[in-house]
Amino acid sequence: MLYLGWSERVTSNWVLWQRSQAHASGLLILEGTNVTDTASAPSDTSSLDHIIIRFAGDSGDGMQLTGDRFTNASAMFGNDLATMPDFPAEIRAPAGTLAGVSAFQVQISDHDITTPGDSPSILIAMNPAALASELHRLDLGGTIIANEDTFDERNLAKAGYPINVNPLEDGSLDNYTLIKVPMTSITKEACAPLGVKPRDADRSKNFFALGLVSWMYSRPTDTTLDWIKAKFAKNEQVVAANTAAFKAGHAFGETAELSGHKVEIKPAALEPGNYTNIDGNTALSWGLVAATKLSGIPMFLGSYPITPASDILHELSSKKHFGIRTLQAEDEIAAVASAVGAAFGGHIGVTTTSGPGIALKGEAMGLALSLELPLVVINIQRGGPSTGLPTKTEASDLMMAMYGRHGESPMPIVASYSPAQCFDAAIEAVRIALKYRTPVMLLSDGYLANGTEPWKLPDPASLPPIDVEFATAPNAKNDEGEDVFWPYLRDPETLARPWAIPGTPGLEHRVGGIEKQDGTGNISYDPDNHAHMVQIRDDKVSVIADDIPLTMVDGPDDADLLVLGWGSTWGAITSGRRRAEMAGYKVAHAHLTHLNPFPKDLGDVLRRYPKVVVPEMNLGQLSKLVRAEYLVDAQAVSKVKGQPFTAGEIYDVIVGALQ
Amino acid sequence: MSDTQVPETTKADWTSDQEPRWCPGCGDYGILTAVQMLMPTLGVRRENTVFISGIGCAARFPYYMDTYGMHSIHGRAPAVSTGLAVARPDLDVWVIGGDGDMLSIGGNHLIHALRRNVNLNILLFNNQIYGLTKGQYSPTSEPGKVTKSTPVGSIDEPFNPISLALGAEASFVARTHDMDRKHMQAMFARAHAHKGTSLVEIYQNCNVFNDGAFAQITKRDKRDAMLINLVHGEPIRFGVDNERGVAMDSSGRIELVDVVDVGVENLLVHDETADDPSVAFAISRLATAPTMPTPVGVFRAVERTEYAAAVSDQVDAVTASQGAGTLEGLFASRPTWTVS
Repeated sequence: MLYLGWSERVTSNWVLWQRSQAHASGLLILEGTNVTDTASAPSDTSSLDHIIIRFAGDSGDGMQLTGDRFTNASAMFGNDLATMPDFPAEIRAPAGTLAGVSAFQVQISDHDITTPGDSPSILIAMNPAALASELHRLDLGGTIIANEDTFDERNLAKAGYPINVNPLEDGSLDNYTLIKVPMTSITKEACAPLGVKPRDADRSKNFFALGLVSWMYSRPTDTTLDWIKAKFAKNEQVVAANTAAFKAGHAFGETAELSGHKVEIKPAALEPGNYTNIDGNTALSWGLVAATKLSGIPMFLGSYPITPASDILHELSSKKHFGIRTLQAEDEIAAVASAVGAAFGGHIGVTTTSGPGIALKGEAMGLALSLELPLVVINIQRGGPSTGLPTKTEASDLMMAMYGRHGESPMPIVASYSPAQCFDAAIEAVRIALKYRTPVMLLSDGYLANGTEPWKLPDPASLPPIDVEFATAPNAKNDEGEDVFWPYLRDPETLARPWAIPGTPGLEHRVGGIEKQDGTGNISYDPDNHAHMVQIRDDKVSVIADDIPLTMVDGPDDADLLVLGWGSTWGAITSGRRRAEMAGYKVAHAHLTHLNPFPKDLGDVLRRYPKVVVPEMNLGQLSKLVRAEYLVDAQAVSKVKGQPFTAGEIYDVIVGALQ
Repeated sequence: MSDTQVPETTKADWTSDQEPRWCPGCGDYGILTAVQMLMPTLGVRRENTVFISGIGCAARFPYYMDTYGMHSIHGRAPAVSTGLAVARPDLDVWVIGGDGDMLSIGGNHLIHALRRNVNLNILLFNNQIYGLTKGQYSPTSEPGKVTKSTPVGSIDEPFNPISLALGAEASFVARTHDMDRKHMQAMFARAHAHKGTSLVEIYQNCNVFNDGAFAQITKRDKRDAMLINLVHGEPIRFGVDNERGVAMDSSGRIELVDVVDVGVENLLVHDETADDPSVAFAISRLATAPTMPTPVGVFRAVERTEYAAAVSDQVDAVTASQGAGTLEGLFASRPTWTVS
């Protein structure tokens, strides 16, 4: 197994090329100087094809909201974009400390992009801790916009700077463009005429930053101003303060002081249609809503709050007008158990959680498997083991999804690969659960859950219906020749058993987790019957391979290398492969949306290429599975840092594998 | 399910073709018969009736009822049933489990079902022992009990299931025993009629691993002296000649008294509908073991919002105010932009 540590920031040729382009565009003409001291900067607006911005501040500074608003304005403007929130698990770590830094990265571009970008070229640092913790990510020569009001002795000390060291003053940032802005004091000044107390005005400084950045990147302002009005409608003074701060930031940019930094990123040439900027958890929730509509089967969600899955519970709780019933259960076990009960009653049983919750749900998943009832178990993966990294991403629950139940207990596994694609993945998970009467595991992760991208809204009429029927009549005869109902008499093609729900006269029957005779469903300890049932449950998953797409492959058939991925690595692998292709490498990318069963042609695909590497946010779980299944020398490339792969890292993996 | 009259049924209609596999002489047989005989009198349909159990001897119960049924996993029956009842408020859901199932591994689900007040009829078969795993002490076993897992005596303090249920905000709590079919049926019928979670504790004899645990109070010749029959609106009296009773002293403490000492007018009058559960709780503490005079009957029966109905009301109210959801409406609920 090849294990690459990423302790050193990757500086690929691509990044260097980007920098040269940026220089050529005039963005960095003030590199190494302090802009507030420079009155004679050029005033023309330069144009870039993309930009990566990282907003960073204290947990209480509203950085997630600032990033989110900037993203929204960019979406409305028509850019392609991808975002990645990156925040600590603590709601409010001690103010001003490194532990409390909350960041939000966004890439906006005039063309199709698949990741929030490798390293930002702009860092907005609201305090010394944000600068100290995030500077290492910034491109050399990138731009720092720092709220200089916060760089006082106390905050500098909290951020770990030695006494009498201020990075804004000591020349240590000479390799960057440093823009010092007294954000707090200007915000307070702007709010003073409104009668806002200075302490309250302090809370609006993130809108100053937003206004400033909105000006620099020629973002439309109406979207943000309208949003402020609507969001804070209950408190006029807050609307006034935030509006004043936003306008002050915008005006600050517009005054001579920052001209030369105005950059334009033209709208991307996206396919015609209606778009929204959507995060993975919302898209996944909407997929579930669509699935209940498309199947006509009501939905029940049993869930226990857990990061980063809770937003699905929130979203579905607000969809009662779709007939969706939600239960915030007393624990993870009750959450899944209640969903099994609802499935017995003729609902689509759904439960949402993250890794620790999956560990608790294992026995009830086995029950659903034994009862052969439709259940969708959704795992928004996070760093583990144990509590691990609740707010950071990882994709290390694949083996648990495959094997994490006692006995031979196979479950189909669907994995989403981008925030918007979570919509399709959720529909697919429900489709398989309903058609094959089986629990299905849907894997997403923290990066997909909170990251966003533009999504072209589908035409509801174009979504394929999900056909499912309840049993209504007896299906067998007993020894006396009377009509009876056998709950385990299977459809010969799907191997699914009939779904007879309470309320249906004449089909009264009992099911249970104890082994049962195939057909009648009566308790059976017969050795041959058990062997038969174990095999049937395995076959039930295998036959799904005829009902799912072939492996998705991007790149030439005669490539020298195949990069095999699953889940959220799709964006980074796609971008990394494009870069490698531009640099002259012949490389293909296969991405799995179904992990159990695998697509029928996966073995052929893997054998088609001389080399296979598998980048994964774990220690090589998919690579182990494909090595075992297909006897191919698939090399694992691991990253387990709570952060997604960057395109640059994938590029380096490709180049490394081909050298 | 339909407006037509509920068909007449007999015990046989509610009896499945599966032969019970409990030990001969098990108290479970008496409970099963009581339920199978009761069902035809409740005016309900077999197809709308579901029995759900966890794991244990008692948990085999659903297999013997010719209704819909599920033998689920250890301790989770109240949770499975909650999901079913919330999804399908039109059904009658009965939950079957023993003291290990409901009070140990599934204790959390039991108390949360009780506080939510989902429309479930929970029958708790309490035999104060683990039977299916062959004789370990349970959360209701008496201190000092010698079992395979407590060779020198149990040092655990047991639960009083009635006290526990009252503390968990239960709206209906009753106790009965497996030697008195009529009393069981009366309690089960009351539990069924109650809208919300009903808990009926059944003292059930395990003649293999804990034989005679309740004999001192449930044997026919002991009952008058040892069972305190709770009757709503009546002074609480018991004894062969009704000579004993329950009274509250000046400090609010509840105690057993001789009627002749205090006078009938000073006996505690049982009020199962009292808002405040503290008197019911005090009554539940009269006996700390089934060797002392023990109250049976309905401890508490109060009206409280039923959970599944409340869920349905919210679904209906939101649907009425927003209209039935459409995907077009869903997609339009976020800010969008158009690329032409």
